[in-house]
Amino acid sequence: MGKNNLIGGSIWEEYSQKVQDLMNNPQNMGEITEEQAKEMGAKLIVADFGAESCGDAVRLYWAVDEKTDKILDAKFKSFGCGTAIASSDTMAELCKGKTVDEAVKITNIDVEKAMRDNPDTPAVPPQKMHCSVMAYDVIKEAAASYKGVDSSSFEDQIIVCECARVSLGTIKEVIKLNDLKTVEQITDFTKAGAFCKSCIKPGGHEEREYYLVDILKETREEMEQNKLTALADAKTAESGEFGFEDLTMVQKLKKVEKIIDDNIREMLIMDGGNLEIVDIRDTDDGYTDIYIRYLGACSGCASSSTGTLYAIEAILREKLSQNIRVLPI
Amino acid sequence: MRVYLDNNATTIVDPYVFETMAPYFCEMYGNPNSLHEFGSETHPALRCAMDQLYTGINANDNDDIVVTSCATESINWVIKGIYFDHIFNGDKNHIITTEVEHPAVIQACRFLETLGVKVTYLPVNSDGIIELDTLRESITQETALVSIMWANNETGMIFPIEEIGKICKEKDVLFHTDATQAIGKVPVDVQKTNIDYLSFSAHKFHGPKGVGALYIKEDKIITSLLSGGEQMSGLRSGTLNVPGIVGMGKAMELAVENLDFEKSNVMKLRDRLEDELLKIPDTFVVGTKKQRTPNTILISIKGIEGEAMLWDLNKAGIAASTGSACASEALESNPVMEAIGAEADLAHTALRLSLSRFTTNEEIDYTIDIINKAVKRLRAISSTYSYAPDWHNSKL
Ligand SMILES: Cc1ncc(COP(=O)(O)O)c(C=O)c1O
Ligand code: FES
Repeated sequence: MGKNNLIGGSIWEEYSQKVQDLMNNPQNMGEITEEQAKEMGAKLIVADFGAESCGDAVRLYWAVDEKTDKILDAKFKSFGCGTAIASSDTMAELCKGKTVDEAVKITNIDVEKAMRDNPDTPAVPPQKMHCSVMAYDVIKEAAASYKGVDSSSFEDQIIVCECARVSLGTIKEVIKLNDLKTVEQITDFTKAGAFCKSCIKPGGHEEREYYLVDILKETREEMEQNKLTALADAKTAESGEFGFEDLTMVQKLKKVEKIIDDNIREMLIMDGGNLEIVDIRDTDDGYTDIYIRYLGACSGCASSSTGTLYAIEAILREKLSQNIRVLPI
Repeated sequence: MRVYLDNNATTIVDPYVFETMAPYFCEMYGNPNSLHEFGSETHPALRCAMDQLYTGINANDNDDIVVTSCATESINWVIKGIYFDHIFNGDKNHIITTEVEHPAVIQACRFLETLGVKVTYLPVNSDGIIELDTLRESITQETALVSIMWANNETGMIFPIEEIGKICKEKDVLFHTDATQAIGKVPVDVQKTNIDYLSFSAHKFHGPKGVGALYIKEDKIITSLLSGGEQMSGLRSGTLNVPGIVGMGKAMELAVENLDFEKSNVMKLRDRLEDELLKIPDTFVVGTKKQRTPNTILISIKGIEGEAMLWDLNKAGIAASTGSACASEALESNPVMEAIGAEADLAHTALRLSLSRFTTNEEIDYTIDIINKAVKRLRAISSTYSYAPDWHNSKL
């Protein structure tokens, strides 16, 4: 809200002079015929995108030199509002002289930039950005047709924001790399959601398959999950040092059992004895007390309450935690 | 030449109306509720205006015609007032309206939905009209209000208000009609038809902007939304808009006086324009002429997006309108076009031309000429209207 928004303006007032001129007099409007292409020694490519019932449809004609892959001439026809006509025209202009591979790299942002009167003022109001999206899509169709491949092969990514042509992969990546927490941040980083806003959440101008709010939520959850797994992995890998205190009682018991099995029990068995763990308890002052009972020969042995006990305790402390105390019963 | 063919959006103030209002700005500017001559000298004109309004829609003296700021206010008042009086207390919980109402109705209903009210939006057929049986079946014990427009702003289609009134009476539910597009175009008589509430805006029939009214049948008083100084018998507080009321009264009088002219001359001009435009191949108009207000044409011109058409018309000085999504600030496609639905393209190719009693023969000639030129230019650009040779690898 605020002073400038209370009285809605006409969207036409926000069109650049270039856009207005192209709406009145498109420069590359028309067709290229088979004969014309032949005269140029070029291959004719005709590609369509969109449909009248979607509100936008554009047809692109290319005359391509097959030796160099250069686009010698480009023309368009378009069903759509004035800005769709102006952006299709600009797109055709940008194609001329480029190779097919170069043309595929033209984005709708390039098209919009080319229609600006001055570099800092957008050529069309933000909600009109999507009109130039068609321009991008039809180029891909044309390139695919020229190369005899499926147009989807030019884009293995899923595009989330049509206006800014930002893919699902990119959005997830920036969220992760920059630890983004809000949709506004995603927009600041990628421009996704900065234009017609359809891609932000359901209920916008166009229905979309992916929305920024959902991607953010899922990616954050994924990050949280990854953090937990990483933490858990770190603990299993180093099991001891710092991880032991965070384990559950069952996990602690298992670890202690394993250390005793691997390092101690054999020693005792050789001496004709053994031990069992009776209980394991965390104390209020931060220790983990392990109660053991000696079996067999050990049970009467003098060193079982001194030397052997210290040895067991030392091994457990070294492998698991300095806060372990071993108590015979 | 400048031609105004967007009279369903707003109209020129009739010079007689303007003349009638003029003294109430700088000469008789008193507050009608004040106890001095400055105030009381406005009373004769206000009384005259009220007479004109009551006569205009044939209201009974015991009914109320409460002056508001616009139809939107009147509509919100009825819908929210009914909520306070019949739904909030738990008596009822249901409102019926149509999919093609003006946003004032739709959005007020959507708001009530957030408060838990059930709302039925009746669908329309390809002519843009509801089926009476569907209405009858939708009314339940829970229904507090039926709100259906008299005439549609986009298509001009006239709804069967008399029958709808009858059904509401039979079923004993309150009936509101948004008559904003009906006043001055078709006879509106609140005694001939069972109507409990009726809203309108002065600027749609050559009156000033910023003034409208809600007709309330005797005994059907609703809770006031504007509490304050008890103007309008406490039904709608706020210092009276004296010039606005005087202007609306005069505009109503003239609108009713001109109904015959509307039906003969305006309709003739409209029909001529329509017939000429339909000579352009691949065009169609929504609804039969008879069922429409005499001034409106909603035409679809295949292959031409609405905003592009408006652009060309505007360059030639012609004002029209489109339901096209591309032309709206929010880029939302027009729900009326979607509801009519028959041809999906309507939402993108619709052009609305609405005349008034000020439209001239020459203006119509000029418009026919300009539209034909625009169609030629834009269809030449259009990718969906050219002959598509079979060698192209179109996906369409
Ligand atoms: C059918 C209908 N209802 C209500 C309104 C709202 O009128 P206002 O904007 O004067 O409140 C309009 C005007 O566009 C209308 O056409
Ligand atoms: S799709 Fe328009 S802003 Fe993202």
